[in-house]
Amino acid sequence: MSTAVDETALRDLIPGVLAALVHRGADFATAEDAVQEALIRAVQTWPRRHPDDPRGWLITTAWRRFVDLVRADAARRDRELKSFDEPAPGPAEHADDTLYLYFLCAHPSLTPSSAVALTLRAVGGLTTRQIAQAYLVPESTMAQRISRAKRTVSDVRLDRPGDVRTVLRVLYLVFNEGYSGDVDLAAEAIRLARQLAAVVDDPEVSGLLALFLLHHARRPARMRGDGSLVPLAEQNRGLWRTDLIAEGVTVLQAALARDRLGEYQAQAAIAALHADAQTAEETDWVQIVEWYDELVRLTDSPVVRLNRAVAVGEADGPRAGLTALANLDPTLPRYTASKAYLCEKAGDTEAAAALYAEAAAQAYNVAERNHLTLRAATLRQALPHDSD
Amino acid sequence: MAKYLFLKHYRGAPAAVNDVPMDRWTPAEIEAHVRYMEDFADRLRDSGEFVASQALAAEGAWVRSDGDGKPPITDGPFAETKDLIAGFMIVDVDSYERAVELAGELSAAPGAGGRPIHEWLEVRPLMTASGTLHE
Repeated sequence: MSTAVDETALRDLIPGVLAALVHRGADFATAEDAVQEALIRAVQTWPRRHPDDPRGWLITTAWRRFVDLVRADAARRDRELKSFDEPAPGPAEHADDTLYLYFLCAHPSLTPSSAVALTLRAVGGLTTRQIAQAYLVPESTMAQRISRAKRTVSDVRLDRPGDVRTVLRVLYLVFNEGYSGDVDLAAEAIRLARQLAAVVDDPEVSGLLALFLLHHARRPARMRGDGSLVPLAEQNRGLWRTDLIAEGVTVLQAALARDRLGEYQAQAAIAALHADAQTAEETDWVQIVEWYDELVRLTDSPVVRLNRAVAVGEADGPRAGLTALANLDPTLPRYTASKAYLCEKAGDTEAAAALYAEAAAQAYNVAERNHLTLRAATLRQALPHDSD
Repeated sequence: MAKYLFLKHYRGAPAAVNDVPMDRWTPAEIEAHVRYMEDFADRLRDSGEFVASQALAAEGAWVRSDGDGKPPITDGPFAETKDLIAGFMIVDVDSYERAVELAGELSAAPGAGGRPIHEWLEVRPLMTASGTLHE
């Protein structure tokens, strides 16, 4: 009887298999191709005959494929055939091997888009086609991006651990992309963050995982059936996934207990405070502002200051929020939308309507633009007469 | 089959019949408009005539090379008078007549007062690869 292959479980094995090949002296770029082909064969053949040792099967199959690829390449270049023996049963996999792959795929010599693509393929085990679909680019473009990225890192020798922050930034980009097409990039980022958290001891990795989980928990409430956005305050909190919230809070608490605060833990703490409120009115905005103060201290980011101003508007009233906003650069993304919101809260409906319309004209995605246009229209209707 | 590009303008097209800026519509009218546009694309997907569609942000700039070793010159944001594309759709249809029919439907999307906007859309044939039968 044939059964479908558990693709997620299969892909969980990928970094270890690839690392094993590299460990045996295979070059990263060719090894990665070989693993990808072994993966495809697994999906084709396992439904008929599932191996007792899936990881061993993958390593053997990928290694044979690697040897074929190298031989074909050598023959093509008319070189002496280099002989490769069948691998001896390798040493047990090191957690360090998996970590090594994360570092390699997020290497600072790669552009962010290349690092994202390479991570999704070499660590995530997604096919080039899936990645291309997720990022809405032609498959040939994505194939080229990945192969260039592989060439870029092919000579990198990591004899010491890289900076885990570069890896976290790549996962953050993957998560933020959300999902389009068949691949759920948010879920993929969560899987990769989980896997990373299992092999590296750093509270910021846990912080990022908690942040992902807490945001992902709200996804069922974030959009209506027609694709329109639902602001946090108006979301049906009954749709939030309590299992993900519980896990996120647990992961976050363990991280915070380590007393090595970082920006992802602070962001997760803010997400946890939202998750904790049964209704929007119960949100502990005072504590949220305190966390934003921490974030400003940690990052000194203008975007964080903007979000902080909105939180101040909730904690201390919209006038206080507008005062906090007044010190910021008006060209910041979402500045106009934030000001519109605070003006609306302050009862200045006419200014708010004009600002929402202005913000809609500046928007960079259709759902947001439609949402802002709707806010403008709704407020204009509430005005005694049209201002024209 | 032939491909056609429909261009929608923020500015620069002749005025629509029902020419009221969107933020002056009622929320229900905006929702009806958004739904109409989505349904339109869905119908083209179902009929096998949809190729692509994309909205464009309102900002942008002119850019040109300033010669070797110099950074490109940019001129922007665009002047208030510049013709400005709001978005495009590409369809793959059997005839020019079908392209015009579809553009007409798209132009009739509901606007202020629930009445069709009757906006002007630009319809442009895409150039094709030379056919092997016309060597």
